[in-house]
Amino acid sequence: MADTAETFDEGSLIARAKAGDDTAFTELLTRYERKIYRLAKNITQNDEDAEDVMQEAFLKAYSHLDNFQGNSKFYTWIVRIAVNESLMKLRKRKSDKLVSLDEQVDTGEDLVPREIAVWEDNPEAQYSQEELRGILDKSVESLAPIFRSVFVLRDIEDLSTEETAEALGISIPAVKSRLLRARLQLREKLTRFFRRKGGNVLAFL
Amino acid sequence: MLSCKDFLKELSDYLDESTSPGAKAELDQHLKECPNCWVVADTTKKTIQVYRGTEPRAVPDRLKFRLLAALESRMKARQKNC
Repeated sequence: MADTAETFDEGSLIARAKAGDDTAFTELLTRYERKIYRLAKNITQNDEDAEDVMQEAFLKAYSHLDNFQGNSKFYTWIVRIAVNESLMKLRKRKSDKLVSLDEQVDTGEDLVPREIAVWEDNPEAQYSQEELRGILDKSVESLAPIFRSVFVLRDIEDLSTEETAEALGISIPAVKSRLLRARLQLREKLTRFFRRKGGNVLAFL
Repeated sequence: MLSCKDFLKELSDYLDESTSPGAKAELDQHLKECPNCWVVADTTKKTIQVYRGTEPRAVPDRLKFRLLAALESRMKARQKNC
């Protein structure tokens, strides 16, 4: 096979796409469509919005490919476009009370854990793939948008703190503070499903 | 001595290994002495791992077709302008 990873490395795909080779752009789309769709769904929490976001993000990327400088990764660039589209959808719906991504006063009082229990050694193994996805999706869905968007970018899509701050237009301390809260809230929610059953909850002592 | 509240404030950076060596030593020490914070740190770490380990679902065919059709008409328009 001549189509090795080298032939299809990202830099050359982008160069070809910029030069007008549409199959190269379609290859980039195939590479990232799943992640962009997941991101849109996780942030908007609405199927119809997620579909629109995904379509808009790739169409915009295609139309503005000349603006892509190549000093960031293509993935980070298209994530930024998709995040913008997702936040616009979220604001438009106004179904959430906490759609504002503005900075908030940080008192630290909300950090106190309620559920303190060790988990099973391999908690995921107790559920089928579908059940596990359901638990994880529902838990993320229940976070307020300001926490959810940060968690999705940092811990699901694996962006850096700086990239997350840039994509959401918030400060680095705000990313860190929201990420901590999101992680702790999810930990509480997952503990209900993953805690060690039986009388052995203090086994760590 | 670090309080549990101080520990929790640093937990994210601790798990991301982005604390300074001095701060890390203090946090390590707190973990050795505080079983509650140990559980919270351990289960928070597992929370992150379980999400990082999930593969994205396939895009529904219907959506993929819609996207490709929209893209194709943009591509045709671009070729005309070239």
